[in-house]
Amino acid sequence: MRGPLLHLLRSLPLWGYVLLLYGFIFLPVAVLVLFSFQDSRLPVPPFNGPSLRWYEAVFSDARLLEALANSVVVALTSSLAAVVLGFLAAYALARHRLPFSGLLQGFLTAPLTVSYLIIAMGLLITFNALGVPKSLLTVGIGHVVINLPLCFAILYSQMGDHQANIERAARDLGAREWQVITLVTVPMLWPALFASFFLSVTFSWDEFIIAFMVSRFDVTLPVEIWSMLRSGLNPKTNAIGSFVFLISIATVLVLDLVVFRSRKA
Amino acid sequence: MSPSTPRQSSTRARAWGFLLPALLWTGAFFLAPLVIMALYSLWQRVGTRLVTEFTLVNYHDFFAKSFLLKSLLNSIEVTLIVTLVSVLLAYPLAWILAERVPRRWQRLALILAILPFWTSYVVRSYSWLLVLSEGGILSNLLLDLGITAEPVSFANNRGATVVGFVHFFVMLLTLTIYANLVQLSPSYRKAAADLGAGPLRSFWHVTLPLTLPGIMVGAFLTFVLCIGDYITPQILGGNRELLLPQTIMLQIARRSDFPMASALAMVLMAVVSLVYLACARWLKIDRV
Repeated sequence: MRGPLLHLLRSLPLWGYVLLLYGFIFLPVAVLVLFSFQDSRLPVPPFNGPSLRWYEAVFSDARLLEALANSVVVALTSSLAAVVLGFLAAYALARHRLPFSGLLQGFLTAPLTVSYLIIAMGLLITFNALGVPKSLLTVGIGHVVINLPLCFAILYSQMGDHQANIERAARDLGAREWQVITLVTVPMLWPALFASFFLSVTFSWDEFIIAFMVSRFDVTLPVEIWSMLRSGLNPKTNAIGSFVFLISIATVLVLDLVVFRSRKA
Repeated sequence: MSPSTPRQSSTRARAWGFLLPALLWTGAFFLAPLVIMALYSLWQRVGTRLVTEFTLVNYHDFFAKSFLLKSLLNSIEVTLIVTLVSVLLAYPLAWILAERVPRRWQRLALILAILPFWTSYVVRSYSWLLVLSEGGILSNLLLDLGITAEPVSFANNRGATVVGFVHFFVMLLTLTIYANLVQLSPSYRKAAADLGAGPLRSFWHVTLPLTLPGIMVGAFLTFVLCIGDYITPQILGGNRELLLPQTIMLQIARRSDFPMASALAMVLMAVVSLVYLACARWLKIDRV
């Protein structure tokens, strides 16, 4: 009888540590969500609620809703562009023996090694010098820059030899190149395509510094939230923050269910 | 090498066609801006005018004006502290998750451990403000416990910045170190045990060295992401002690001094490259 009890006592510090760290990890999020239901004007103790007034405030704020819509549009279009460009490049490099292919891969993945801040500054200076007005389009361009290398890397790593054999078979049976791509390659790769698309969406959706520097009148949600922070602690910021968190979790769940479950099957 | 047939050269031309859009995009919106930025860093802003004569005055100013150099040193200090603390906190957690949590619970435990990862970056820093600022959770707790008589603020200083960063990177590192630990074959540890090593010795001489590459990759990622971040120090650290990204943003927002901001950005890139070269022998990431 002493064995298991002693074992439990021995591992007590371990579980204490786990509990402490989970507490640390969850503390700010728990506080954020809890005080989004605050009934008074400050998201600090004492908690008096629950109330949905700040969620009502969020959903009647036209600027915030517009920023939300902007974020969705930018995230979807820039991710689509990144996936298409990344897919074509990966297809070219995986299926054809091109000279300098190592160098080309390095070039395409190079943006992964540079801070977003620096990418943002480079774009800002370049657009300024060329007289390109700052807009959601320039934000989208920046988001393709950061997501293209990611999509390329994911898709390139998934293009194996067995797929090349099936593509060759299709070609031998008379399929043209575009038919091979749309009818053979894309369907075989679709979990990877889906994953890279959704990963890009979450990155674009959450990206701040590029969106902040190269946008002007129309802004994305993180930039709008940023400008809300100037008013200090505010339960409305808690409410929109909790809402964004919910959307991200939902996206991750979809990704997990669709991609990883289907891969297991 | 056989001479290429017409069919081969036509498919090769098509391959270049597929590759071209991505190359052009990266060239136009990544490489060209970096080159233009490097060029700007060698120009100068005088009054409100841009003087396009090559000069090293921005770089000279960087070393001459103490607040600029100080912000780089602050950044390096904060980043090193954050990296070290995050690794020290995350490793035991990842180890417990991989070795002590029953296998069927591991996935859930890991998903939970990185759940707040998915809050928006700006919102995450703001959430820490709710905990750390005057009248916030921590200040209230201390009041209730009678430890302090007045509300205290823990925000607007280096400590708050470090806490905000560590929170994010503990999650990231737990993930990378866990991935490394579960890949280790248990036979190494069994062999160590068969040869008479106790659990502590086996950890120190077998597990730890084998996970060192994973730690280094995670630590490097932490370093790069941390030193280039503007949001966390701006929201949590405030303006009393500036980090390099904050100084860069000040040059742009307050003074529209693009040449100076560019020079500072080049310094930031140089620091990251140096750190990369220093860790390169551990960073053998499988090339994609």
